[in-house]
Amino acid sequence: MSKQALLDSVVESLKKTDLPRINPGDTVKVSVKVREGGKERIQVFEGVCIACKHGGIGETITIRKISSGVGVERTFPLHSPNVAKFEVTRRGKVRRAKLYYLRDKVGKDARIPEKR
Amino acid sequence: MLPGILGRKVGMTHLFTEDGRMVPVTVIQAGPVFVTQIKNDEKDGYTAVQVGFEEAREKHLTFPKFGHLKKAGVNKNLRTLKEFRVDSTSGIELGQEIACDIFTEGDKVTVTGTSKGRGFQGGVKRYHFRGQHMTHGYMTHRRPLSSGATGPQRVFKGVRKPGHMGDAQVTQKGLKIVKVDSERNLLLVDGSVPGPNGALVIVNKAGK
Repeated sequence: MSKQALLDSVVESLKKTDLPRINPGDTVKVSVKVREGGKERIQVFEGVCIACKHGGIGETITIRKISSGVGVERTFPLHSPNVAKFEVTRRGKVRRAKLYYLRDKVGKDARIPEKR
Repeated sequence: MLPGILGRKVGMTHLFTEDGRMVPVTVIQAGPVFVTQIKNDEKDGYTAVQVGFEEAREKHLTFPKFGHLKKAGVNKNLRTLKEFRVDSTSGIELGQEIACDIFTEGDKVTVTGTSKGRGFQGGVKRYHFRGQHMTHGYMTHRRPLSSGATGPQRVFKGVRKPGHMGDAQVTQKGLKIVKVDSERNLLLVDGSVPGPNGALVIVNKAGK
């Protein structure tokens, strides 16, 4: 086995295996583990995935949502143990890999049609 | 118990710890090594264990080395031989196979390797000299300038000058074993280790 293949297999063995396929434009529900004063609880962050960054165990997705009129974006490492669950609630139909244009759109313009 | 093991640097990646921190790790393919000679006080003047690592084709071995391995009863054409000084050789036999499970998660280790060769380099890269300005009339730019005072009228030995950089033995101390994969003979070490990918490294238990 070549060194690179061995390294790849190590990275593969460290990854989570139960992740759903998440594409840009999908609406994703992320269950984040929050630690407060020794207690742990789950916080849900739901929004549109506007970017997927690939590459080994450091893969991330960027989720954007409008929270009380203010746009909020959070980037989650897919394989982090601090994230309990990813759940795709809606598949969106988009023609870009990175949906950064949504940052300049408000209201009806910022909608994404559903994939059928 | 052997204080260390030989291995090859595979490459670097990163992983998450249980509390969600991301740590950079170096993957080292460590062992298995085979005991090829046990040195003792009476015969050799010191106590050590010589081990061999990695199989080579028979034609790549010198005849003396071939005979040495045969004498040790190791039925393998080992490429690299290396000694480890030990306090006692009890529990170690000739031809014994030693795997990377002599390490456990959380062990502190030092890793010795040969650093990447940089060729002939100037003082700025080699010793972090500051250099001079690139503009404003300076014509020296990256030169080392003064070699010392005019008092002794000579240059002291060891004055830092341009020259060959890298390709030297480097020991990285205070590294931690993050994971041991004894199935595939892999050690995952927190942080970086000297040398290019594929280089031979010696992983020693800290303080040994």
